[in-house]
Amino acid sequence: MEKVLTKNIQSDLSYVDVKAYEATGGYQGLRKALSMAPAEVVEVVKQSNLRGRGGAGFPTGLKWSFVPMGSDAPHPKYLVANADEMEPGTFKDRWLMEGDPHQLVEGMAVAAYAIQADVAYIFLRGEYLLSAERLRRAIAEAYENHYLGKNILGSGFSLEMYIHMSAGRYMCGEETGLLNALEGKRANPRTKPPYPQVSGLFGKPTIVQNVETLCNVPHIVKNGADWFKGLSYTQDGGTKIYGASGKVKRPGLWELPMGTTIREILEVHAGGMQDGVRFRGLLPGGASTDFLVEEHLDVKMDFTEVAKVGSRMGTGTMIILDDQTCPVGMVRNLEHFFAQESCGWCTPCWSGLNWAEKALTALEEGQGQPADLDHLSFICNLCAPGNTFCALAPGAVEPLQSALKYFREDFDRHITEKRCPWSSQ
Amino acid sequence: MLSPEELKEIEAEFPHYPNRQAVCIDAMKIVQKHRGWVSDESLKDIAELLGMSVDELDGVATFYNLIFRKPVGRHVIMVCDSVSCWVMGYERLRRELKNRLGIQMGETTADGRFTLLPIVCLGACDRAPAMTVDEDLHLNVDPQRLDSLLEKYK
Repeated sequence: MEKVLTKNIQSDLSYVDVKAYEATGGYQGLRKALSMAPAEVVEVVKQSNLRGRGGAGFPTGLKWSFVPMGSDAPHPKYLVANADEMEPGTFKDRWLMEGDPHQLVEGMAVAAYAIQADVAYIFLRGEYLLSAERLRRAIAEAYENHYLGKNILGSGFSLEMYIHMSAGRYMCGEETGLLNALEGKRANPRTKPPYPQVSGLFGKPTIVQNVETLCNVPHIVKNGADWFKGLSYTQDGGTKIYGASGKVKRPGLWELPMGTTIREILEVHAGGMQDGVRFRGLLPGGASTDFLVEEHLDVKMDFTEVAKVGSRMGTGTMIILDDQTCPVGMVRNLEHFFAQESCGWCTPCWSGLNWAEKALTALEEGQGQPADLDHLSFICNLCAPGNTFCALAPGAVEPLQSALKYFREDFDRHITEKRCPWSSQ
Repeated sequence: MLSPEELKEIEAEFPHYPNRQAVCIDAMKIVQKHRGWVSDESLKDIAELLGMSVDELDGVATFYNLIFRKPVGRHVIMVCDSVSCWVMGYERLRRELKNRLGIQMGETTADGRFTLLPIVCLGACDRAPAMTVDEDLHLNVDPQRLDSLLEKYK
């Protein structure tokens, strides 16, 4: 399989400098983009069927097409890389930023050109110190080589690029929460409309895009939409960085064609389950996705196919549940995370998720009652999409509602046995 | 009073944003880098520099878990408590850390050496359990070998 995103990444994860990056075709995407009209760049990304890799899977070219263009458009316009990777179980963007930082810089420059942005920020989570160091070096080299700054490669297009390191909190990864954090505020979400493409950072047109999504952009421009679609097994274009964590033999990350099956990722690349444990289920794309089980192993991991079986591909990094691990304990850990990370802005989220954590803790400690399961189902409905101000709570109840569906007997045992059946281990 | 060094670093951020308030998180992180935490006095100095009210700035400070509004030890240990690390042994690691250091989560050792905190997913899920000590990321942490891991942090 042709490696696109990871072809420069060294096995010892050493820094790939501008010369090494150029040697494999780096910055050819930017050169080509600068010779096209911005609208043509948007069009090729639209045709490629590139969908956002941050979790939501929104079509990238379509998102860019909503940015006001032309001489009457408000300025400055902004391009923001969402490098706030904090979805539990997700570790792919870190690999891309540490392993090939110029790829992100080039992707951001091309995207910024397409929407005629003036300033680009990398909103980077504060814990990713090595990524910050690598990106600072790459940005400095890019400026030196006229890939950033005033009059890039003599094109007349200028772009300044800065890194902002966050001070924590999962809500900074939510598009409008991120914008508030970048403005020096609490990372509460904003009402939409207006959408950030029209009124975003400091009230100006802004595109916020995931790191992996942006890394695909130079390759699409350089090689064309048909090439990108041809890399995939399904309708969603390109390759995907897939991952697996939990009790598998080889947890890790792999770049594979979009639409690779769950079974192939789990059994071939991750080496299957460790000795002594058996597969029970998985969260296909990070903490905020619905559980899938044995019957779903042949599902193709793309946005459409996973949605058909009632879950989401999300970030594409799978969290595996084995038979020696308590599903109720796992869900309690997840709801502890989501309850803690609730920004507090809207009641169903901050209240509902905290009550969910309380009920799950009671179950784990052998204090659970049958009414607790009704209460947990109630909270799942309370936090459905459309009932809350942003998608944190609807995402939070995905593992909960699916665990109640697939692992109901385990919840019941906690109640009837008045203990966690796994607690002796 | 902010030091000349702190002022210089904060002012270097000004050209990156269209207004001063946007620098407030960077400013607090800079002060914390120099002093270990953000005191009420530092908060007041930063607010004044950036043209914000102290209440507004404290509202921002207390939202973000990586900004410390209480003193911390010489070294801050942050142990990941998210799902993949939980599957791979977080609870055992936490128990060992608490026993070894003699403190609860959120506390500092009596000698001022270590503060122990939980942290959310560090993005190292394939080498869990993970934790950070100051700026160092520790992977595949063995709860039985904490003494040698912590030894270098005086």
